[in-house]
Amino acid sequence: MRAEQIRSDDHIEMGADEDLMKITDASMTRFGRFGGQFVPETLMQPLKELAEAYSRLKVDPQFRGELSALLSNYAGRPTPLYLAKSLSRELSRKVYLKREDLLHGGAHKLNNVLGQALVAKTMGKTRLIAETGAGQHGVASAMVGANLGLDTEVYMGEVDIERQKMNVYRMELLGARVIPVRSGSRTLKDAINEAMRDWAGSYETTHYLMGTVAGPHPYPLMVRELQSIIGTEAREQILKAEGRLPDSVAACVGGGSNAMGIFSGFLQDEATKLIAVEAGGRGTSSGLKIADHGACLNLGEDGVLHGAMTKILQDPYGQILESYSLAAGLDYPGVGPELAHLVEVGRVTPAIADDGAALEGFRRLSVLEGIIPALESAHAVGFALKDPEALGEIAIINLSGRGDKDLATVMEHEGGEGI
Amino acid sequence: MVELGLPHSDPIADGPVIQAAAMRAIEAGMNTDVYFDVASKIRAQVPLVFMGYYNMILRRGLEKFAGDCADSGITGLIVPDLPPEETGPLRAACEKAEVDLISLVAPNTPPERISYIAEGSSGFLYLVARAGVTGARADLQESTKALIERVKTPLPKAVGFGISTPEQAAEVIRAGADGAIVGSVCVDLISKGDLAGLEDLIRRMKAAILEAVAVEAAGRI
Repeated sequence: MRAEQIRSDDHIEMGADEDLMKITDASMTRFGRFGGQFVPETLMQPLKELAEAYSRLKVDPQFRGELSALLSNYAGRPTPLYLAKSLSRELSRKVYLKREDLLHGGAHKLNNVLGQALVAKTMGKTRLIAETGAGQHGVASAMVGANLGLDTEVYMGEVDIERQKMNVYRMELLGARVIPVRSGSRTLKDAINEAMRDWAGSYETTHYLMGTVAGPHPYPLMVRELQSIIGTEAREQILKAEGRLPDSVAACVGGGSNAMGIFSGFLQDEATKLIAVEAGGRGTSSGLKIADHGACLNLGEDGVLHGAMTKILQDPYGQILESYSLAAGLDYPGVGPELAHLVEVGRVTPAIADDGAALEGFRRLSVLEGIIPALESAHAVGFALKDPEALGEIAIINLSGRGDKDLATVMEHEGGEGI
Repeated sequence: MVELGLPHSDPIADGPVIQAAAMRAIEAGMNTDVYFDVASKIRAQVPLVFMGYYNMILRRGLEKFAGDCADSGITGLIVPDLPPEETGPLRAACEKAEVDLISLVAPNTPPERISYIAEGSSGFLYLVARAGVTGARADLQESTKALIERVKTPLPKAVGFGISTPEQAAEVIRAGADGAIVGSVCVDLISKGDLAGLEDLIRRMKAAILEAVAVEAAGRI
């Protein structure tokens, strides 16, 4: 299983077309015992059509050419691999940052939405729906909707709309409609539920543009492959800079798309340690309805959420708990099924950084390098500050996004002082 | 028969009425233990069918859950987020406990897949009347009647999703269904405390269905 799993992690940029055809056999819906398609029957046909269209298009020269051009000229790829000199000095080792914060929109999210929206357009869909928590994936979806001329509607929890007014305005400015979600806990998980409900009635005209490597097959596979350009570039860049592979690659994990994106470039390099840093929030305990964290790989248990078998946060009866993190992008009670599998087989090492560690990462990187990281990415930086030994001699941290969006959150957290 | 729903925090196949009912029930302390207590208490009066999401079953343990169903008078399970590709383990548990696992067919299920689903189902086959989620709709779509005709199975066919009036119930029976499944409109009446209205609705539904059955039978003679 493992060898097969690892071989399956070639990506669209490598031109390994034959291998690609093998791995996207539509019947391969699982990663070990995780993944699958736990969805209403009404969604089975749309998922099948999507899986077939995607596996056909990703080896289609015209599609690849279009995507590649958009990634270069619209999104700004490749992103740099930057040797963080001061951070390296402080940690007594070489630490590189993969600069996804420099991608158009300020985060890695655009890699995925460009690919999916192109697939949708080729399938003849005229409307995109997306879920968003903090608003980053919603903004990326709105950008691509505007760029490719597709109607875009974004489901967003009422609680999140209140917390992220600026991103709501951004989406509206880009021509998207933001639909408030008033069901359940009125946050990201409910926005995903609502998007899936919409899609069950609208699939003929509509593509559900899922933002992470979670959900039913083919989303975990497709989103990982679309994000794998991060890892492909990083691997080439580190080999050029250092003449060897890194000892470790660290990335923050909410659903897991930036992590799977960069990890996929190194999965076959067994000597490179892959570290998945989850949100430790305000502690490792759980209340009746709300967990104090978002650490599914570390603390979650087997369960089904949003169409996939994975590690989730749940109560003793199977009700899904709300998660918590200062970083909205890590505030999710599930995780991508492939990550659950890779942790189980020992290929990915799970780690935790709590709110405090993330804030430390946020401040230190700003001061040391003149880079304000997203609070999500700051978890990976915070982990490195806390446990540098775990990184080895040469490390890459995936800087998945920039922190401008988080200034209000951090200011509020500090009671208006400090920044 | 009565479909007794086990509330879940994330009911992806349900519309606003049943979502809200699930939230209220969970707030009020409903959980899987209470659920089976309730089922045991009403078992003698009416046949029961379980309706609920897979994670709740998985969490209790498939065999324990199926066994608890059998022990509390539940004769079948409807699990809307469990397509046939994923039913293997639960089907084995249901067979062992001798309860039915009822499969669903949707309006967009291709013909060859309908046979595959029907072969794996027991008890009856649940025909989803329309795309989307549960909840009352004013009209019955032509595609629903086409679906009833398209599905060939020795199992009884029951139609649900969007049926809220005696006229709609009679219409699906006339189109060849063996049963009509009515959920949201009942839950809505219960939420308003209108139990007399609920009783009245069910009586009228039953009468309309019996009449449709009689007319159909007479037509055949």
